[in-house]
Amino acid sequence: MIEITNLSKTFGNGAKVLADVSLTIAPGEIFGIIGRSGAGKSTLVRCLNLLERPTSGRVTVEGRELTTLSESELRLARRKIGMIFQHFNLLSSRTVFDNVAFPLELAGLPKAEIARKVAPLLELVGLADKSDAYPAQLSGGQKQRVGIARALASEPSVLLCDEATSALDPETTKSILALLQDINAKLGLTIVLITHEMPVIKEICHRVAVLDGGHVVEEGGVFDVFTAPKAEITKSFVRDLVDRELPEALKERLRNTPLTEGNPVLRVIFTGPNAYSPVISDVVRRFEVSLNILQAHVDYIQGAPYGNIVVEAIGKPADIQTAIDHIRNQDLRVEVLGHVAGHDRAVA
Amino acid sequence: MSPVMIGLLLDALWETLIMVGISSALSALLGVPLGILLVVTGRGHILERPLFNSVAGAIVNAARSTPFIILLVAIIPLTRLVVGTSIGTAAAIVPLTIAAIPFVARLAEASLREVDPGLIEAAQAMGASPQQIVFKVLVPEAWPGIIAGLTITVVSLISYSAMAGAVGGGGLGDLGIRYGYQRFQPEVMLTVVVVLIVLVQAFQSLGDALARRLNKRLIGKGSN
Repeated sequence: MIEITNLSKTFGNGAKVLADVSLTIAPGEIFGIIGRSGAGKSTLVRCLNLLERPTSGRVTVEGRELTTLSESELRLARRKIGMIFQHFNLLSSRTVFDNVAFPLELAGLPKAEIARKVAPLLELVGLADKSDAYPAQLSGGQKQRVGIARALASEPSVLLCDEATSALDPETTKSILALLQDINAKLGLTIVLITHEMPVIKEICHRVAVLDGGHVVEEGGVFDVFTAPKAEITKSFVRDLVDRELPEALKERLRNTPLTEGNPVLRVIFTGPNAYSPVISDVVRRFEVSLNILQAHVDYIQGAPYGNIVVEAIGKPADIQTAIDHIRNQDLRVEVLGHVAGHDRAVA
Repeated sequence: MSPVMIGLLLDALWETLIMVGISSALSALLGVPLGILLVVTGRGHILERPLFNSVAGAIVNAARSTPFIILLVAIIPLTRLVVGTSIGTAAAIVPLTIAAIPFVARLAEASLREVDPGLIEAAQAMGASPQQIVFKVLVPEAWPGIIAGLTITVVSLISYSAMAGAVGGGGLGDLGIRYGYQRFQPEVMLTVVVVLIVLVQAFQSLGDALARRLNKRLIGKGSN
């Protein structure tokens, strides 16, 4: 659907904003691009409809290479690429109805046809009763709904979202994301979403690219990127959501080498098909091992569970090793984080 | 005040209204498009033309910095060319219009620049042509501000028109100077000033009301 090949953008002042970015976005996909401010993500999304012209590289949308089009061809192509914005960018002098009608008016459609198309769009975004209101009379969430209806009016195949929820409160963000998900499912629309908020990616994206300093540093399915982040920046994005830092008190007690009278501390990560099986109680029942849970966290990413449990294993070393092997045989990850002195428990 | 004086006052009021009315209308008709051109040909705008922009900007500045009383006599040849005479009410309309065009253009330019660049970007993303951006985005969004600018222009023209006496243009200001000052009739001067105050007040209120009605950004939130 969208093919970005070796895209680079250098601004007039010599600042290199994007460097050799290549991405492929499949039809019907919700693709997230995340990065800190200044990572180049706004420039990247503007290259997808050529609001920013790349310095080099190609952008192909629906098989048409945008960079080769003439001004008038580009205008026609842009009608099939909807866009919504952080600050909504609604025309203050027009009513909700006339804002949604705007792209149709630009395309030169007759009034009757415009009216026929606008009504169901307002219905879709839940603003049928606000048809005659002006943007100044709407809340942020309602404004973004108008923005979405306006972007959908010319029946685009792609919707670009530039920080579309960044100006909204968490509750409204959720409802807007639900609407986008709904549209994606109902209309099969490909959505490209730019954000600096990991929860937005987690909530609705299928795949994600992480942008840092103008480079794509990581790309993949949202679940994989969340559960096994590789790049430092991704880890820092994920850390806030999937808490993998050990509590300070536990960190202080951890030693790297086994201790006599001590117990190993294990991290068990639950993903994949066996994430639902009762592994912990199973281990306790089958082996001569007690497990003391020090930290536990279960999250759902794209509907799939992701568990992260830190336990102190108490028992004979050989039994503990058998237990570890047993868990690993179920395709779950086990890491030995270190060892704690047994008697510390009484102190703690 | 004698009936003769009242007659003179009414004539002068009529001349002022004619001068201000026609020059306001003409300067709006020419100044607003000039203001639009100054904006859209500016750096980084939709029809960037640096050379045109700097030349037009320089002419506008030159016209604006010329004192009106000098402009009035300096363009007498042009005035004669346009209306066939260099004296009288019609002759005063030409310099008034010439002076007001760059004034309107700058005020319109300021309002147009206030339009959120995000709106232009959104329109471009929807495939709008430069003309569509001007007439469907820039002008409608800046319209309340342009109306406010035109109100200021009308008020300024009322004041400028007082100088039209220098070319025999007549009007209230001329009456005030000739009778009130030169013939020592302070009550005529006072009457003229009062009439002018009422006139300015009326135009300003009218313009304000119109601009307010057009401005949809100030509508209060309705009950949800």
